[in-house]
Amino acid sequence: MKAIPWRRAIGCLAPVLLSGCDVLRLGVVGHAGPIAASQWHLYLIVGAVLVFVAGPVLLLTPIMAWHYRLSNKNSAFKPNWDFSWWIEALIWLPPVGIVIGLAIVLWTYTHTLDPYRAIPSAQPALEIQAVALDWKWLFIYPDARIATVNELNIPVGRPVHITLTSGTVMQSLMVPQLAGQIYAMAGMTTQLNFAASRPGIFRGENTQFNGAGFQNQKFAVVARPTADYRQWMDRVRANGQPLDAARYARLAKRSVIARPLFYASTPPDLFSHIVAQIPEKRR
Amino acid sequence: MTDGIWPALLGRFTWNALAFVRAWQNPTVNEIIGAGAAMMVVLGAASVITLITVTGKWGYLWREWLTSLDHKKIGVMYVVLAFVMLARALAEAVLMRMQQAAAVNAPGFVEPDHFAQLFSTHGSIMIFFMAMPFLTGIINYVTPLQIGARDVAFPLLNSISLWLTGGAAGLMMVSLVIGRFSTGGWTGYPPYTELAFSPDVGPDYWISAVTLGSIASTLSGLNFAVTIYKLRCPGMTLMRMPLFCWTTLCTSILMIFAMPPLTVATALLALDRYLGFHFFTNDLGGNMMNYANLFWLFGHPEVYILILPAFGAYSEVVSTFSSKELYGYTSLVLATMAIAVLSFTVWVHHFFAMGQSANLNAVFGIATMTIGVPTGVKIYDWIWTMFRGEVRFTVPMLYSLAFMMTFVLGGFTGILLAFPPLDYLVHNTLFLVAHFHNMLIPGLLYGMLAATHYWFPKAFGFRLNEKWGRIAFGCWVFGFYLAFMPLYVLGAGGAARRSQAFFEPAFRPWLYVAGVGALILLAALTALFVQLWVSIRERDANRVFAGDPWDGRGLEWSTSAPPPEYNYAVIPVVDGRDPFYDGKRDGDGYAVPAGYEDIAVPRNSMVGPATGILGAGLAFGLVWYIWWLAVLCLAGIVATVIARSFIRDVERIVPAADVARIEDRWHHAIAAARPISRHHETTPANQGLAEVTA
Repeated sequence: MKAIPWRRAIGCLAPVLLSGCDVLRLGVVGHAGPIAASQWHLYLIVGAVLVFVAGPVLLLTPIMAWHYRLSNKNSAFKPNWDFSWWIEALIWLPPVGIVIGLAIVLWTYTHTLDPYRAIPSAQPALEIQAVALDWKWLFIYPDARIATVNELNIPVGRPVHITLTSGTVMQSLMVPQLAGQIYAMAGMTTQLNFAASRPGIFRGENTQFNGAGFQNQKFAVVARPTADYRQWMDRVRANGQPLDAARYARLAKRSVIARPLFYASTPPDLFSHIVAQIPEKRR
Repeated sequence: MTDGIWPALLGRFTWNALAFVRAWQNPTVNEIIGAGAAMMVVLGAASVITLITVTGKWGYLWREWLTSLDHKKIGVMYVVLAFVMLARALAEAVLMRMQQAAAVNAPGFVEPDHFAQLFSTHGSIMIFFMAMPFLTGIINYVTPLQIGARDVAFPLLNSISLWLTGGAAGLMMVSLVIGRFSTGGWTGYPPYTELAFSPDVGPDYWISAVTLGSIASTLSGLNFAVTIYKLRCPGMTLMRMPLFCWTTLCTSILMIFAMPPLTVATALLALDRYLGFHFFTNDLGGNMMNYANLFWLFGHPEVYILILPAFGAYSEVVSTFSSKELYGYTSLVLATMAIAVLSFTVWVHHFFAMGQSANLNAVFGIATMTIGVPTGVKIYDWIWTMFRGEVRFTVPMLYSLAFMMTFVLGGFTGILLAFPPLDYLVHNTLFLVAHFHNMLIPGLLYGMLAATHYWFPKAFGFRLNEKWGRIAFGCWVFGFYLAFMPLYVLGAGGAARRSQAFFEPAFRPWLYVAGVGALILLAALTALFVQLWVSIRERDANRVFAGDPWDGRGLEWSTSAPPPEYNYAVIPVVDGRDPFYDGKRDGDGYAVPAGYEDIAVPRNSMVGPATGILGAGLAFGLVWYIWWLAVLCLAGIVATVIARSFIRDVERIVPAADVARIEDRWHHAIAAARPISRHHETTPANQGLAEVTA
């Protein structure tokens, strides 16, 4: 009889627990591209090493404290013992060795996963120019001369190279299932390389607080098979409105956009103008 | 109030700036919460003032505490300030957790702008007005006693530091009632905090409060460093100092070198905002990356300013409650110094994602991992201190054990974050939030609580209630794990920090758990206050006037509890690392000197309170563009400093007869006290005289 409430409790909790695990699929655990996959691989390597670093402390602390408790009559008491070269070697050398080993891993992976490093591929990378605005992302496709807001469409399998700047305060662009983040700052450009290895819709976001609409500044990365991607591009060209100076000025104002926007054409030098930033009017 | 004489008198103040008026005009839950907080500040201040007036304690308070230059009283006042600010910032944390738990695909009850003020004040207060005063208070109280000194090197400067910190903390409280606080987070990153994007008074409040606090901390650092260099008693070589003094020294050095970059960063930001400079603006040559570098040049050493004193406290606690010499003293000293030096070499890891080269990121990542080595060594030194000891699970010891096991998990995620490619994925997410709370709650708060429980009987002459101490401990630890482990998971799922709302249903269960954890942490603080209440009520049963309730090791235990204002009737002479512990074993722990001499102690001064109040007035004037007030207060500060320089009579003499009377009373108490064994040290039988065994 006693088991039943437990079983019922587990039955009730199971959906909660399962939905709880979904959360990890939204991040690097649910990686959908070579960069994020490699980052996840690195997590596992470093995590495995660190088990051997944290483990001894987690074991030794309670064991020592409990065994040498005051009430234990069977434990030794040497109040003036305070040094041993053997222990000294044991607590200094292995950590130094582990850090040296990890340093080699760190150096290698920091270079291979440098966000500026182009992904080796037979295809040329898809160039995207991203502009951080309050509270939305503008994505310009310089080769196709189209632009979108809050939806980044990319072809599966082809490397993507984003050049970022900000039309406002500093922001940070991240698509956790595809790659890590990079800051976007006004008057400067930064770069991010990634690729999607399977079709899907992945959540992108700004992670750097930038005002009252910050929590709404999410965007979708839609990875499509190449043919599908071409059709999408044709649709945008056919149905979208042009992104002219007036529309950009309106877009640059602080606002939350409910649905993604699509523009059939852009001025050729829009991005470089934003980077060069005409000085703001003094308030 | 926008025309006529008003702008000249009240600057940019309007009635709308008052939280009560805003709530009256727009009675949403959001505004009512704001007005409620303002009401608590006003009522709290009013009730304290009324209580003091009704009991007629103003004179006592002014003479015995507010103008006192006694390092012990200044230390206690710092800790009181820390607890008041802890209560506010913790309440804000709970409110934020409740909001996030309620705001998955829902608006919740706190609006985005208000939420942003909450995380900005929570962070600013916890770092500058909870953690810093807490550790400064403990250092103030303990360090001079431990090195056998009668006070710090510059007692007046000490009072000025306290009052500048207090003035800045007061400004934080005022911002709840009048106007609003910054929404730029505790880091205040421009260009968001520049006039172009945040034209309101919020960032000005932040700049003023942080600038005052940073100046106070620089002065404290100088004071403690000189105290340790110059005022150690005969025989107290550097390598005989208690570990806590070593961590004080390292923290002081870090304060001296790390606080000025912060003062400079906030001052430059103020120049941008007040005088139209372009240090960090988007346009006309400004560059916010300069701010990021300056801020973290302070910000990373700051982490160790916060953590090192706790390391010192743990060293004292573990050694005392294991009844054993500290294992690897030299190792610990070297590790502490190594951490202090390395802490200046890692600041770039706070912005790995700003687009610098892989070489640069890799160098800073490796430097960051390197700090893990001395830190790990310290943990093992404490473990080996327990080895072959007699461990008692008193409250300070429980905090130490919980710290060692929890801190190592924070170190685990810290190494993950030291890898730039891994940092790219969890930077700015709740994973990062979980990580630094995982370092600072065990690495600062537990340490300061352990220190408080450990040295409280010394400071007030009676022990704290053990049962309520354990309840509070249990809540701090259990609450920490519930509140912050889910944040690691959420952060790994890409949940951005500082979010007022979320849109992923999968986040919900984790946010609920974190919310429950936050409530348990609130219960922990409540339990601490209950403990204080119960302990004061039962103080007569738990007196330890003889002064040595835990069979202590350092000099601080060789005085009465509380110690006399001059600390030591005769300046001690030491010949080892645990002078009092060894002295008790050699039979000369409580030697009665042949005679006493007059002792000079610093005379009270109102320069400290004047500087703090005028400093806060200056800051308030600047925040609200009330220029006459700012000019008046600045002139007042200058006048105070000049006037003080003409006062030659800065010491008061405690006559030898008074010293003899005070000391005789204590020696009689020792003679009358029953020695207490380690088995019974937490019972009322403990009168502060430790039984001397092997």
